[in-house]
Amino acid sequence: MLQTCALSVLMFTGASQFALVGVIGGGGSVWAGAAAAALLGSRNALYGLRLSSLLGVRGRRRVIAAHFVIDETTAMAIARDDPSLSRFAFWATGLALFVLWNIGTLAGALAAHAFSNPRVLGLDAAPPAAFLALLAPRLRAREPLAIALAAAVVAIAVLPFVPAGVPLLIIAVLVSIYGVLRTTR
Amino acid sequence: MIWAGVLVASVACYGLKLAGLSLPQHWLQDTRVQRTVPLIPVALLAALVATQTFSTGQHLVLDVRAAALGVALIAVLLRAPFLVVVVAGAATAALLRLI
Repeated sequence: MLQTCALSVLMFTGASQFALVGVIGGGGSVWAGAAAAALLGSRNALYGLRLSSLLGVRGRRRVIAAHFVIDETTAMAIARDDPSLSRFAFWATGLALFVLWNIGTLAGALAAHAFSNPRVLGLDAAPPAAFLALLAPRLRAREPLAIALAAAVVAIAVLPFVPAGVPLLIIAVLVSIYGVLRTTR
Repeated sequence: MIWAGVLVASVACYGLKLAGLSLPQHWLQDTRVQRTVPLIPVALLAALVATQTFSTGQHLVLDVRAAALGVALIAVLLRAPFLVVVVAGAATAALLRLI
């Protein structure tokens, strides 16, 4: 339970947290889970790139700001026309989400702790639904949709033959190769 | 052991965020990076949906989770909020197991 809460405080990027927990919960190795979490976190680096000129943070403030670089804060910040409004949106969204996310995590961890068999509540069906909800907004074009379907098929196809969690790493390598090849051509 | 994974993954995720804010802009502005990185979460999330629905450990299974995913998909298509999608999926699995 402490580990679940530590993830929300320290990692603070939802999809990566779910991935780490999902891989370990599915019997995968801790390191396969950690690698999947880090790979999912790679998009935050691109968000940081877009935000750095908007926020103009230096030194200690940058160290704190970095922790808040996630989907939601980026979306709120880049949607504003005025840089000072952008900065306000970033910090307000970041602080509010950080507090609520951690309260929510604690509540969820306490609740799950109270039930001996989470399957009765259908909690094993919750992560796929959560991943689907996180995925849906990224599928507005044809290419990501095709990539998502291909990734799902390949993951299922290799699953019986490799340790749990490893299908994710195979997918990450394949999609990276595809992305680089496509752009160079 | 789990703690080590939690800490290493957290440091890695933070490092990526800080790198985005700190690295010289042209490093990450390479078109290959710009166009490949957004595809990674798409592929990984789709793979997570598939593996977490249709497998237990290393075995492929078809059980109530597939129906739960179907209900979650309907909720997503109806543009339901995140929590509604998750609860709809979990509730479907729980109800089907009661029957």
